[in-house]
Amino acid sequence: MNDSGPPHPHQDDTGAKLGMWLFLYTEVLLFGGLFILYAVYLQRYPREFAAAAGELNLALGTANTVILLTGSLLVALSVSAIGRGNCGPAQGLLWGGAATGVLFLANKYIEWSAEIGHGIYPGSPALAQRPPGENVFFGLYYITLGLHGLHVLIGSILLAVMAVMTANGSIRRDRFVVLENSGLYWHLVDLVWIFIFPLYYLLL
Amino acid sequence: MNEPSHAVVSYRIFIAVWLLLLALTAVTVAVSRVHLGALNIWAALGIASLKSALVIFFFMHLKYEQRIFKIFLLITLVTLALFIGLTFFDVLYR
Repeated sequence: MNDSGPPHPHQDDTGAKLGMWLFLYTEVLLFGGLFILYAVYLQRYPREFAAAAGELNLALGTANTVILLTGSLLVALSVSAIGRGNCGPAQGLLWGGAATGVLFLANKYIEWSAEIGHGIYPGSPALAQRPPGENVFFGLYYITLGLHGLHVLIGSILLAVMAVMTANGSIRRDRFVVLENSGLYWHLVDLVWIFIFPLYYLLL
Repeated sequence: MNEPSHAVVSYRIFIAVWLLLLALTAVTVAVSRVHLGALNIWAALGIASLKSALVIFFFMHLKYEQRIFKIFLLITLVTLALFIGLTFFDVLYR
């Protein structure tokens, strides 16, 4: 199978990856449910949704899109680096990937602090004064982006663990399916954001 | 094992995909600032789908995996489409 020593007799990388993909599909359906709610309420309150979306911070949203895409690139590169036996560069790329997640969450913190400071949070008195469509928009905004943010946090921790495992030799050229699966999780986080960004930040 | 389960993709391909993703992000932001009515949301979803395809097929290696992985993706997308379609069938004609 590979030139660097015999693989473990019970090693089944295809099975491991197939299992990860199955898990990711349950995640797609989880976020899919939130996107369906969004679509139904967008159809019911198009003007209120557009007005509320206009209040979001487009610059920070765009910056976070670039950050996540770059994080995905770093992790994809790290898998290729391990596949070639370049463990040192792979380790750096993984720390870089984890750092993009931290940067993303830092931006989210700035963004949400400002919004909560303006009295925009679920159940706030300021929101209660506003039309129901805007309330629904901000409710969905906090639950969807909050759930996504939780995934970013988990993904960053996973990438840091992968970097440590690469450093201590648990992830090697002939055994790195755990890195591939963590990478798949990280890319899913990016995929969900690819839909969140236009639907929440770019709505007219 | 008869199938190579770890195709090593060149760095250059990944960087090209990343540049394409950044370009598509710029396009989706630019298009969203022009009032096109209902077309805006469809343009946004179309570009997002294209970006997703790039992430799934290259970054997630789906292009290099066995056919069963692609069939799984198709089943998921059909399930999601049915889910969305049937919901709107109810919501729009209530």
